[in-house]
Amino acid sequence: MELRKEYAGELSRLMKQNDKIFILDADLAGAGGTKPLYAEFPDRCLNVGVAEANMACVAVGLASCGFVPFIHSFAPFSTRRIFDQIAVSVSYSEQNVRIVGFDPGVHTTYNGGTHMTFEDMACMRALCNVAVLDITDGVQLRKALPYIVQHNGPMYMRFVRKQTDTLFGEDYVFRFGKAEHLRSGEDVTIVASGTMLFDAVKAAERLAVNGISVDLLGIHTVKPLDEEAILASARKTRCVLTVENHSIHGGLYSAVTEVLSAKVPTLCDAVAVRDRLTQVGKLDDLKRDYGLTADDICRRALALVASK
Amino acid sequence: MDTVLFSKEIRRNTLRCLHSQGSGHVGGSLSIVDLLAVLYSRHMHVDPTNPKMDDRDKLVLSKGHAGPALYATLALKGFFPLEWLDTLNKLGTRLPSHVNINLTPGVDMTAGSLGQGFSCACGLAIADRVRGINRYVYVITGEGELQEGQNWEAAMLAADKHLDHMIVFVDSNKMQIDGYTRDVMDVEDLVAKFKAFGFDTQRINGHDHKAIDDAICRAKAVSGKPHCIIMDTIKGKGVSFYETMGAGVHSTTVTDEQYAAALEELK
Ligand SMILES: Cc1ncc(C[n+]2csc(CCOP(=O)(O)OP(=O)(O)O)c2C)c(N)n1
Repeated sequence: MELRKEYAGELSRLMKQNDKIFILDADLAGAGGTKPLYAEFPDRCLNVGVAEANMACVAVGLASCGFVPFIHSFAPFSTRRIFDQIAVSVSYSEQNVRIVGFDPGVHTTYNGGTHMTFEDMACMRALCNVAVLDITDGVQLRKALPYIVQHNGPMYMRFVRKQTDTLFGEDYVFRFGKAEHLRSGEDVTIVASGTMLFDAVKAAERLAVNGISVDLLGIHTVKPLDEEAILASARKTRCVLTVENHSIHGGLYSAVTEVLSAKVPTLCDAVAVRDRLTQVGKLDDLKRDYGLTADDICRRALALVASK
Repeated sequence: MDTVLFSKEIRRNTLRCLHSQGSGHVGGSLSIVDLLAVLYSRHMHVDPTNPKMDDRDKLVLSKGHAGPALYATLALKGFFPLEWLDTLNKLGTRLPSHVNINLTPGVDMTAGSLGQGFSCACGLAIADRVRGINRYVYVITGEGELQEGQNWEAAMLAADKHLDHMIVFVDSNKMQIDGYTRDVMDVEDLVAKFKAFGFDTQRINGHDHKAIDDAICRAKAVSGKPHCIIMDTIKGKGVSFYETMGAGVHSTTVTDEQYAAALEELK
């Protein structure tokens, strides 16, 4: 099932139990999947039109009255476009707003450069107390939502609206702030977030065939990061490769190396976008062009192991 | 060239461009074609062989998702080969779905994050004034796009600084992504709003070439104020099945069959 359907379906279930959840959109309710909720909960859904800054601050008003508002747009428009609204009215004012960014990074594909962001996590991570989630699949999103509703504090989450691939099974349990230890190995740690976890799993299998054992950590909570899991793995393998659909500046690589450099200095490398402009294209072409494929993960992991 | 023939050529080539991708922003591209036909045949002072010449009129397509219509127009005017139209959205293309100032000859401003073009156009108009260049800056915005508050910051500035060489066209096709604009977030009364902001304001049928031409001439005759021409248009204009598709026409398919049927209608 498409992620946006999982998302709206689970929200519908939760909104029946919890009359504080409030949905806000900026002319992308159909695109983002929340549209059916408008018929079901007309009093708790609001489409403000193409006006993201307004949406953010309206949400803050609602949050200050005890509601749990979710605001939605394409990832650049729900983050960097309204950064000061989020900084002042959400973060600084400590208001419980949930910020949703659709189709982050290369997943923007044909909407291209103006709609693509490689810095959304960097922006949100830099703000005090804003939690950051990079979602891998629909199961994870659905299982995370009950927690997301009751989390105390602002939160940003990014996911791919139309994605149908799943990595996790129905027995999946979401634990906020905890890494998923998906594979145990000795030679190299791979830490991957969001949809890049699919590529990291593939890469780890290929590396295993070549005799390289990977300690694989899946990260949904980029902030606050599961420091213990990362430190323990780095102590074991002594080299760490981070993998993200995001700029190398300010996202997962930054978060991981901030922890390691202070506590367990470790050789690191990143599969990430290296200070490149955004552009339009097919998903596969973009991933190849930005160096975000399973091949890139293997290549960088092998080089890391060789230089230990 | 006859603007009616030109507008048909633009529509055919807009669909050629979108068909190369198989889908895209069909509705909002087709609704501005008549304006582009009149602007580029009667008003835009531009040189396809020197697209960056200082002394030119400039167009800011603030509703940047209508890029394919502008690309078709520019290609037909000779800014670049028609074959480029088949490269829409391919990796490394010069023609991305949303317009980019650096990629495409004849594109004067990047747009796609709605609500920014109007302000950029104010900057262009002020730069022309300071440099003593007596040319026009045209802006095309969607009526849905006007929900972005930044437009009204720009409108305030344009009137305060008497930017009378700026003409803003509102492509009022009555639809945005989530439905009819009046249902999502009403923006009317646009004439009263722009007048109140200090604009010389007109409202016309945005598919009537004579009305468009006359409105631009009338605007140019008024000095001391920026100008707004609200164009009542039809999203998907020119192709029957796109005109009647409803809000879904914002972003939709151009299959082989649809393309062939559309070309038949646009003969
Ligand atoms: C800042 C921003 N928010 C959201 C979008 C997504 N978006 C693209 S077009 C559109 C609707 C625009 O409606 P309108 O201006 O009426 O365009 P038209 O109907 O003429 O195509 C939206 C919300 C965007 N491009 N930019």
